[in-house]
Amino acid sequence: MKRGIEKWDAIVVGGGLAGLSAAYTMAKNGLEVMVVERGEHCGAKNVSGGRLYGHSLEKMIPGFAKEAPVERKIVRERLALLTEDGGTIIEYGSGKLDTAPSYSVNRSDFDQWMAKKAEEAGALVITGITVRELYMEAGKVCGIRSDGDTFRSDVVILADGVNSLLAKQIGMKKEWNPDHVAVGAKEVIKLDSQTINAHFGLKDGEGAAMMATGYVTGGKIGGGFLYTNKDTVSLGIVTTVGDTEYSEVSVPEMLERFEQHPMIQPLIQEGKVVEYSAHLVPEGGKKVLPQLVKDGVLLTGDGAGLVMNLGFTVRGMDLAVESGRLAAETVLRANGAGDFSKEALSEYEILLNESFIMRDMKQYQNFPGFMGSSHRLYDDYSKVLDGLLSQLYVVDGKTQDDILTKSARAVAKVGLVNLAVDGIRGLGAL
Amino acid sequence: MNILVCIKQVPDTTEIKIDPEKHTLIRDGVPSIVNTFDTYALEMACRLKEETGGTVTVMTMGLPQAKKALKSCLAAGADQAVLISDRPFGGSDTLATSYIISQAVACVEKEKGSVFDLILCGKQAIDGDTAQVGPGLSEHLGRPLITYVSELKYEEAEFQGKRENDDGYDWIGVKGPCVMTVVKTAYEPRYPTLKAKIEAEWAQIQTITAESMKETLDLSKCGLKGSPTKVVRTTTPENKVKCIYIKEASPALSAGKLADILAQKKVMGR
Ligand SMILES: Cc1cc2nc3c(=O)[nH]c(=O)nc-3n(C[C@H](O)[C@H](O)[C@H](O)COP(=O)(O)OP(=O)(O)OC[C@H]3O[C@@H](n4cnc5c(N)ncnc54)[C@H](O)[C@@H]3O)c2cc1C
Ligand SMILES: Cc1cc2nc3c(=O)[nH]c(=O)nc-3n(C[C@H](O)[C@H](O)[C@H](O)COP(=O)(O)OP(=O)(O)OC[C@H]3O[C@@H](n4cnc5c(N)ncnc54)[C@H](O)[C@@H]3O)c2cc1C
Repeated sequence: MKRGIEKWDAIVVGGGLAGLSAAYTMAKNGLEVMVVERGEHCGAKNVSGGRLYGHSLEKMIPGFAKEAPVERKIVRERLALLTEDGGTIIEYGSGKLDTAPSYSVNRSDFDQWMAKKAEEAGALVITGITVRELYMEAGKVCGIRSDGDTFRSDVVILADGVNSLLAKQIGMKKEWNPDHVAVGAKEVIKLDSQTINAHFGLKDGEGAAMMATGYVTGGKIGGGFLYTNKDTVSLGIVTTVGDTEYSEVSVPEMLERFEQHPMIQPLIQEGKVVEYSAHLVPEGGKKVLPQLVKDGVLLTGDGAGLVMNLGFTVRGMDLAVESGRLAAETVLRANGAGDFSKEALSEYEILLNESFIMRDMKQYQNFPGFMGSSHRLYDDYSKVLDGLLSQLYVVDGKTQDDILTKSARAVAKVGLVNLAVDGIRGLGAL
Repeated sequence: MNILVCIKQVPDTTEIKIDPEKHTLIRDGVPSIVNTFDTYALEMACRLKEETGGTVTVMTMGLPQAKKALKSCLAAGADQAVLISDRPFGGSDTLATSYIISQAVACVEKEKGSVFDLILCGKQAIDGDTAQVGPGLSEHLGRPLITYVSELKYEEAEFQGKRENDDGYDWIGVKGPCVMTVVKTAYEPRYPTLKAKIEAEWAQIQTITAESMKETLDLSKCGLKGSPTKVVRTTTPENKVKCIYIKEASPALSAGKLADILAQKKVMGR
């Protein structure tokens, strides 16, 4: 028999990848764990573009891709710099990608599989319940409250996503600054798998990932993404909330621009939209991290702002998995020592700092700022390239400039000084 | 008061797909829910139980994964759950289904040493839609039946069901044990609490197999063998309704346009 409804070793709020990774790790090590998820099932409410970098999950569940419902292994990376009527698409493929594979995933299936893993490890996963209140004793978090009942636990792991109302409630987190959060909108388009293979030059099981910038967001911060799944394509845009205010292009319009763009539309031709979703993405980076621990409570995943939206890639899922696991490791140690104070739990911060999460986030810590000061990255370079390549490829029988003049003319449109400043800033940010 | 509610796990979709060759539903990959009418029946049962005392038992025949549906009923107020599941029951039509359920009812009643005062079914299943299992069950058990019940009272040892019909409604009185089929009620089923959901996860679910009922069960009345229904042909109804959207520059212009169209179609004079 379990320890009983009213007392748990740990309660996890939120059954996304962060929460389920935490629950899996704790349950596997013998703790009595309950996950409470508000969706009808895990994954029901979660939105990702859909590319999971596998490295962190691989550490937790070695060989996961063999049993988990992954869609395709990404073997082709494309970067699209789009202008209104065309653009430049760079495609990259290499055996190197296979040394640390990434996969397209459908969160609804993938999170359900993770929930099953957590359950098999011994965790209880309850869905369809929104937790609105933490249970506090003398300023310490000691469980949750729901419909008038109290569920006590030594510790609560908050994995309730980007909005984390509970973290805000207990003062770990402030309201969003619109420049530190992006909005993502996504469509899932049904095609058959052979068509996808043909359109993207893939074999069965292989996938392509594309990030697009430029015209799509009308020069605003952000861009489009496209991932191939088994027999669907996920396509969407992510753009900074602070920017949408000044944008003449609305988010749905950006999405439309992207999918109807002459270089994108043929890829998804004859497809049927079967799903539409929208979600927030934290992107303030390391500089705006919330408080990560308090007495009896730890904050993980999107809730902790652990996302890197770099324009050429969006990463949140691998960070969610890792932070969930590290929070769980911390709780396991705290459980051994019987101490769940803020001091004991601050071990979590040390583990995060030592992990790839803080290393990578530090590496790019100035990046959001860099993007903020210059919207050029998102529009002008597309135009520069377009200017250059059009002069190379358009042969109309008039006099041809030499290549140097051609590039100079393209660059002149943006301004050499601006480009140089961006270049220096960009390098500095890294 | 002991009440039994028969529930069916159905696919949660408005776009049910049918296997063109086998004429059966394609259930793969479609999430399941408890048949909507059965959730109303369950709520009706729970409300009556709260008035009179006693227990509410839920029962379903289906594959082992139907336990999930039973658990959600336990979370929404039922006290006990019974799953009827075994190979010989596969491929049962409504006649066989209601026969097997009637046998299971008898089996549970024998174990308990008392009969269910009231058995509630949904009006119909939202996938099969035949509305035959409730009436079939009443026949097999030889107990009186009220169909299309939207409201239930229990007064002076008599059940009263409000039955809806085209002209209005009837209040029909009947003594237990009896069977009723339930339509949409005026109230919504209760929202399960976290505590109820945890208890439901931990609850024991009784499973009844052919073996459990072997003393009385006639296997020739079960499964494909016991199912005289033949599906001759299935068709997907065409959506013949055509929609016109009117969106002119102003509400007045839209109204004018609407009037024009109605006049043109001779629905209205101009
Ligand atoms: C459009 C878009 C594209 C993206 N693309 C990618 C990508 O390609 N690759 C990548 O790695 N990342 C991507 N991300 C980011 C990634 O989706 C997130 O970083 C990741 O989902 C974070 O996981 P999480 O478990 O922290 O949060 P979530 O997945 O958001 O999970 C939080 C869970 O908590 C539940 N919950 C919230 N509040 C409560 C409550 N009060 N009670 C109970 N439950 C609650 C929610 O229902 C949800 O299931 C993308 C995000 C978006 C929006
Ligand atoms: C030839 C034929 C073959 C079939 N083969 C299969 C098969 O292989 N697999 C399969 O899954 N189905 C099969 N079916 C469908 C199955 O017989 C019906 O789904 C079932 O008998 C219930 O009928 P219904 O859905 O019309 O329910 P209705 O009669 O409309 O349901 C009314 C009420 O009866 C109760 N009820 C209905 N079904 C159940 C149940 N199973 N357990 C408890 N209570 C219930 C509920 O309270 C429900 O609200 C077959 C049907 C036919 C005609």
